[in-house]
Amino acid sequence: MCLAVPGKVVEIFEENGLKMGHIDYAGALSRACLEYVPEIRVGEYTVVHAGFALSILDEEEAAKSFEAWRELQEAAAREGVDLFGRPLADAGDED
Amino acid sequence: MFKHLDEYRDPALARRLLAEIAGVARGRWVIMEICGGHTHAIIRHGIDLLLPEQLELVHGPGCPVCVTPVGLIDKALALARRPGVVFTSFGDMLRVPGSRESLAQIRSRGGDVRPVYSPLEAVNLAAQNPDRQVVFFAVGFETTAPGNALAVQQAARLELTNFSLLVSHVLVPPAISALLAAPDNRIQAFLAPGHVCTVEGLEAYEAIAARYRVPMVPAGFEPVDILAALLLLVRQLEEGRAGVENEYRRSVRPEGNPAARRAVEQVFEVCDRNWRGLGEIPASGLRLRPEFAAFDAENKFELEGIEGREATMCISGAILRGEQKPPQCPAFGRECTPANPLGATMVSNEGACAAYMHRP
Ligand code: SF4
Repeated sequence: MCLAVPGKVVEIFEENGLKMGHIDYAGALSRACLEYVPEIRVGEYTVVHAGFALSILDEEEAAKSFEAWRELQEAAAREGVDLFGRPLADAGDED
Repeated sequence: MFKHLDEYRDPALARRLLAEIAGVARGRWVIMEICGGHTHAIIRHGIDLLLPEQLELVHGPGCPVCVTPVGLIDKALALARRPGVVFTSFGDMLRVPGSRESLAQIRSRGGDVRPVYSPLEAVNLAAQNPDRQVVFFAVGFETTAPGNALAVQQAARLELTNFSLLVSHVLVPPAISALLAAPDNRIQAFLAPGHVCTVEGLEAYEAIAARYRVPMVPAGFEPVDILAALLLLVRQLEEGRAGVENEYRRSVRPEGNPAARRAVEQVFEVCDRNWRGLGEIPASGLRLRPEFAAFDAENKFELEGIEGREATMCISGAILRGEQKPPQCPAFGRECTPANPLGATMVSNEGACAAYMHRP
């Protein structure tokens, strides 16, 4: 029950006095309660557990992580070796 | 391409991170992933087999289905057998064996046991069936507590007198502390639970990192997340640092989710809990506050004197403590399979035994 994949909010509505939404998981739609992400808007991504959205995914932070990982790759490339320490020409042998 | 998913499964990026880990790791280190969601991802993607051999990953007790004591499952079974009761539960609790049978077996004999996706569905069932008692099996960690808290608040708002929870909530930080305080502890660092931290924030993890001098990194659940988190942990271990570094920034904020924390605080209070495999851990669970006693199934129904018995062959206790791995169990894949589980760790998607059975 702790497994969760991110989904996109495609519709927000009220039901029995609670803020609810339809969430799109790569094409499959499902319902979730949005009471714990009161400021969420249609088009934003969320992590849903057992029927409740628990966070709004932060696009800026996601972009920053990828920036850091890209730098890691580039730093190694500048030294002329891949991250295994092999000359770059040999990199990709295992692909 | 699906956003926030595919990019975290990029094989080239995963290989780069693996290589960086191999480049940094010098010593022998034992790292526990406490969360069953991580165990599942690690085994499924074979991450444990790709790491340099001096890094050992041990699987933790972070599977709510797995740590629910047999005694409580027997109480659930007693309620489910009772005429007039609609017993509702997350689907993965249904096949967990109690002392003699499972909820699924009661259901196949005609008992009214219904899997629900959200506790709010159980509240709706109660509203629609005023002549029946609807009980919801409120299990799980910090991630399911907010939903269960809201279900109780909603039932109170609707003035339902036929809705109650059988509560077996558990908390992750006290379990981590109990593992670290054990005299024979081998764990030197933790992959912290990404979604538990999404709800509760990082405060408790910072306190543990400082007190026991262990690095802690909350991580997302995709292969790139796990590898990036392992890299942060190995760097800390090699440099002799012990702090909390947040790999899962897109979801985990230092303060957690304030609205969810507030609701949990309003409805539940901290209590001692017995964990399957780990035994009694002080202040490691949640129970309903006295104001909500009317929604407490243990209060409402006569459930005293029910004591569970474990299957004798099952070594899931040692597996939940990280002492043994599933293939070391003599029943693994023989007497015990996902179709015929002897222990809870074989039932749940997040259980270590089931994860090993599903290794591609
Ligand atoms: S394989 Fe089955 S019997 Fe063995 S530890 Fe796992 S759940 Fe228990």
